[in-house]
Amino acid sequence: MFFPLPIAYCLLPTAYCLLPIAYCLLPIAYCLLPTAYCPTMELQISDLACIRGGRQVFAGLSLRADGGSLTLLRGANGAGKTSLLRLIAGIAEPDRGRIALLGGDAALTLSQQCHFIGDRDATKLHLTVAENLRFWGAFLDGGDLDRALDSFGLKALANLQAAVLSSGQRRRLALSRLALVARPLWLLDEPTVGLDAASRDRLAALMAAHLATGGIIIAATHVELGLAGIELRLGEALVREVAAQ
Amino acid sequence: MTALTAVIARDLKLALRQGGGAGIALGFFLTVLVLIPLGIGPDVALLARIAPGTLWIALLLAVLLSADRIFEPDHDDGSLEIMTLGPVPLELIVLAKAAAHWLVTALPMAIAAPFLGLLLNLSPTLFLPLGLAMLLASLALSLLASLVAAVTVGLQRGGLLLSILTLPLYVPALIFGVAASAGGDALSGSRPAALLILLALVLLALVIAPFAGAAALRAHLR
Repeated sequence: MFFPLPIAYCLLPTAYCLLPIAYCLLPIAYCLLPTAYCPTMELQISDLACIRGGRQVFAGLSLRADGGSLTLLRGANGAGKTSLLRLIAGIAEPDRGRIALLGGDAALTLSQQCHFIGDRDATKLHLTVAENLRFWGAFLDGGDLDRALDSFGLKALANLQAAVLSSGQRRRLALSRLALVARPLWLLDEPTVGLDAASRDRLAALMAAHLATGGIIIAATHVELGLAGIELRLGEALVREVAAQ
Repeated sequence: MTALTAVIARDLKLALRQGGGAGIALGFFLTVLVLIPLGIGPDVALLARIAPGTLWIALLLAVLLSADRIFEPDHDDGSLEIMTLGPVPLELIVLAKAAAHWLVTALPMAIAAPFLGLLLNLSPTLFLPLGLAMLLASLALSLLASLVAAVTVGLQRGGLLLSILTLPLYVPALIFGVAASAGGDALSGSRPAALLILLALVLLALVIAPFAGAAALRAHLR
């Protein structure tokens, strides 16, 4: 009856010795979480200006997007929604202002941490669906082909040439890149164009899952996706909250 | 590295698919070399004399045929934009695209050239020097073509402009290529030197083309 107690006390220092080791392992455990990003991640844009063809599209644009937040870009045609997304992705360089992703991977540039879904699908028509995804997976550093094919229901079409796909199916192929490679910042330019209702729901679900893991999404869209977000009206510089439906 | 091999492998695959254009340059090369003896007539001695120069000019023109497709498809379908988000800088992507163009277009022609030279009564002693010089020069040709293709990407009728801009850049390769592979005993002593200058041209293109090409692509993407 009295025996176990001294033994337990003897073991205590050993247990304390193991504590630092456990703490050392914590960062490794964080690294192993596949899509969980640093909760303090934040996209900061300050005093951004964009000039195209000698015309000022917007100026003095500032934006803060925390991890897990959805920003909806609204505005008339030509208000600079696409230009803003391209500036954030680093495809174009800003004429003035600063864009920074705080809390991201310091070893990577902002471009290397974002997905950009533009108006063009970046799809080779003479490659099959799977070959297209496999290429982007290899190019963008590691890819989960099965997850990508599942995300927009393209599994049955995997071995078809992209040339025979409908425009909606090609759109789904482009959007599958989001599930193919895990990146914290998603920049979506009219992602719902050509999508049917079921695919729109899949996109909304994928976006919700990304936000739940602390990712940031900035989307230019005229369609309601039913997700809570902050609305940024370009051309009016008006920010207001949109509730989930 | 996987990103670059992925780009090269994809370009090779696309070239071999329907409408990809592998073999078109080779076919053009062959056609020109079949037409020239028909046009000049059965003067065997004259054909042998003009054979190296003809082969070189046909090579330069054939390389240009597919040069405007180096970046155009990727620019048109938005792939180029996504490539800027990858783990490798645009400079290396230009290099990978040039390598793919070389493998698909210039390399097969450089290998076939000495054999097609038979149509022009090319002297057998010139087989090796011509093949070697073309193998070297084809690298420089592909690199320079990708540089100018990056400059003219997205332009209306960019292919024509590309030819006009590229051919002057090909002049040194043509001069020293012919010097490295021309017949006659008077010239045979200068062949090693001409080959070395060709090698220097390749190295120069290797340094300039990726950086200048990437700068041009960035300017287009703005």
